[in-house]
Amino acid sequence: MANTLTTDIGIKPGLGAGGGKRGPLGGDPRGPGSDDSKDWPPGWTSEDAAEPQKYRIGMWVALASILMLFISLTSAYIVRGVPALGGGLEDWVPIDMPSVLWVNTAMLLASSVSMELARRALKRNEYARFRTWITLTTLLGIAFLAGQLMAWRQLAAQGVFINSHPHSSFFYLLTSLHGLHLLGGVIALTYVTLAAMRMRIGFKRRTAVNVTALYWHFMDGLWIYLFGLLFFFR
Amino acid sequence: MADAVHPVHGEVHRHPAPTGFIRKYVFSTDHKVIGIQYWCLALFSVFVGMGLSLLMRLQLGWPGQEWGFLKTIFPNAAENGTISGELYLSMLTMHGTIMVFFVLTTAPQGGFGNYFLPIQIGADDMAFPVLNMMSFWITFLALAVLISAFFADSLAPWLGMTAASNVIGPIGGWTGYAPLSALGEKAGPGQGLGVMLWVTSIALFCLASLLGALNFITTMLNMRARGMSLMRLPLTCWAWFTTAVLALLSFPVLLAAGILLLLDHLAGTSFFIPGGEYVSGKLVTEHAGGSPILWQHLFWFFGHPEVYIAILPGMGLTSHILSTFSRKPVFGYRAMVYAIFAIGLLGFFVWGHHMFISGMSPYSAIAFSLITLTIGVPSAIKTFNWLGTLWGGQIRFTTPMLFAIGFVSLFVSGGITGLFLGQTSIDIPLHDTYFVVGHFHLIMGVAAIFGMFAGTYFWFPKMFGKMMNEGMGKLHFFLTFAGVNAIFIPMHIMGMAGQTRRYSFHWNPNTGEGLHYLSNMTPLTRFVSIAAFVTITSQLIFLVNLVWSWAKGRKASENPWEATSLEWTIPSPPPHDNFAGIAPEVYRGPYEYSVPGASKDYVMQNEPGAAEVHGD
Repeated sequence: MANTLTTDIGIKPGLGAGGGKRGPLGGDPRGPGSDDSKDWPPGWTSEDAAEPQKYRIGMWVALASILMLFISLTSAYIVRGVPALGGGLEDWVPIDMPSVLWVNTAMLLASSVSMELARRALKRNEYARFRTWITLTTLLGIAFLAGQLMAWRQLAAQGVFINSHPHSSFFYLLTSLHGLHLLGGVIALTYVTLAAMRMRIGFKRRTAVNVTALYWHFMDGLWIYLFGLLFFFR
Repeated sequence: MADAVHPVHGEVHRHPAPTGFIRKYVFSTDHKVIGIQYWCLALFSVFVGMGLSLLMRLQLGWPGQEWGFLKTIFPNAAENGTISGELYLSMLTMHGTIMVFFVLTTAPQGGFGNYFLPIQIGADDMAFPVLNMMSFWITFLALAVLISAFFADSLAPWLGMTAASNVIGPIGGWTGYAPLSALGEKAGPGQGLGVMLWVTSIALFCLASLLGALNFITTMLNMRARGMSLMRLPLTCWAWFTTAVLALLSFPVLLAAGILLLLDHLAGTSFFIPGGEYVSGKLVTEHAGGSPILWQHLFWFFGHPEVYIAILPGMGLTSHILSTFSRKPVFGYRAMVYAIFAIGLLGFFVWGHHMFISGMSPYSAIAFSLITLTIGVPSAIKTFNWLGTLWGGQIRFTTPMLFAIGFVSLFVSGGITGLFLGQTSIDIPLHDTYFVVGHFHLIMGVAAIFGMFAGTYFWFPKMFGKMMNEGMGKLHFFLTFAGVNAIFIPMHIMGMAGQTRRYSFHWNPNTGEGLHYLSNMTPLTRFVSIAAFVTITSQLIFLVNLVWSWAKGRKASENPWEATSLEWTIPSPPPHDNFAGIAPEVYRGPYEYSVPGASKDYVMQNEPGAAEVHGD
């Protein structure tokens, strides 16, 4: 009597023609992958929606551990920077902020806005707009990484390296760790953008867009925090 | 039964059964294969770790004695057949690191958790099978790198570095305290390349654990079968979940510390190195201003939750097994769940009790001390409830039950000394003595290992489809239980006598070298060594039992223990997708033994019907 795995999906009511909200781009016919039960095709249960849900939970969990990494480095930064806490020398020499960081920060903020515009366009099934905004986000992300490299070059030109003094050590360490994490986001964005170019935005890739957006906003917020920590709390 | 099942939704072909050997047994994404891989990795590691402790006990019991075979094993480091101080410290570091990371962290969580969490919640696999596979193979790589650190001395010439005279790896212990761990080769042999490989291995292990934790948390939150409400979960699942949360929040801190340490080595930074140190006859001039205490803070902020990462799965398993073989529900199920949370939560606020002698403010020490002693409350709740579960039960003394009872015993005898050490006034004289060694070996070492033994004897029939031999199992239990007490209880006495830890010898009765005030400890030290040899040898019984049962054991039925959780509703061993595509539906809690009015003395979780009793 039991329905088995192999016979289930094909016969599920409402999953054939007209089941999901199929966009003009085709893709996965199983629907938009929304959490909101009124968006689900007829016959769907919460377990059908569980598939994208797991990526979202997974991302929040991953962000918690990334947050802990930067929290612990922050505590190291504070201990090292306040001689009374570290018991160390008064050798804390703040570095001059490379001016390009302002531009980088503005670009990353802009990328967050365009990411959000892309996500909302996709939600309303406005595919042309989605493609534009997601491409812009990716380019801004790459530009930010290039800008960070320029900041390093500016400092290196001044003779400030990772082992020059504690503040520069933390600057290079935190920017490179943030940059590595952001690079992961850029790779995910590139994947989504290429999929959008080839007009393949289905069920799974919508989830990818949503989860990437979450990660991207987090990385943006993290940068604002690090920027403030490195140059306004020293 | 038709209404007892409903189809699995989602992707049908998420997980076709692999056919080739490599995809099936090596790079498998099946949580059951990965669980067994983790378990085998831990089994290998535990024998390496025990081998090292055997050599260390040989040295401690008979310092200065020449052993011919040591010359063969370590031609450089033990050229006259005696274990040099550096070799001893190197073995100690390896023993600690291998045991804590690759045994206590892998087997209970990566091994049993991977295998049984999805089955117990009624899922067909973990949420992210590919991440799961990566997590195992990164752990494997980390173990390979760690073992290579042990041979750093032999590797160094190949990498164009000078080989230290007679040492073979890092010598800083598993805690790798700065600044000596950060200074490189000048802080002693093995502290250069050895430490770099050691910290690389730990960083890789952090990464693997984070991937694992991510998977565990998502799986448990998102993939439970219909009807498996949170308060119907077996306590094992709660323990694995809480362990995963602890790992998720504590391993990033160790990773951060490891990155800073590596930068001190490679990039010339001074995170942990204060200025003006005079080490091995040389003044350190190229570093200044760092804080060695910072390393201790970061390390122990990870290190204390790590203790619970090791022990919590054992607690969950003990509750599960005690209930099964007492034929009684777990006493105070909800209290048990909340006690696990409380232990996990408090574990983040007590790291300072490892640092009472680091010169911290006495006011901080009091705060850390109070929170530490508070952990006694949830621990006492758990112990009380374990006894309550046993009380008046129809106890079946099977081997897994014996090991679970042994766990409770060791948890109490090891935990009670935690109350001693949690108080600053007692900790200060006992710190860095064998009292601490005895304490943490009993609770985090042996109790956790007993949890693993209990798990192995309990789940071996499910994992391999064969029953383990009960006679050999019981012999193994009694020898091990007597043995570990004979090893670790006397260590408390030695500690109170002032026997310092991490010394390669304390008193040499033949030459009269060493610490004279410890001369009357020699008989006790030798007794501990002999007890260690007997206990280590009796582990061979376990190994023989594993191999013999696997090859020739009695075939296991679907539910040999008459237990109630979902893993006992499917064949032994389970098919590739666990429930053959039929998602189970859960109607009741996991510990419904001796339910009044029921036809048998146990009711399975997926059994609907009139005798329904709500899990909560």
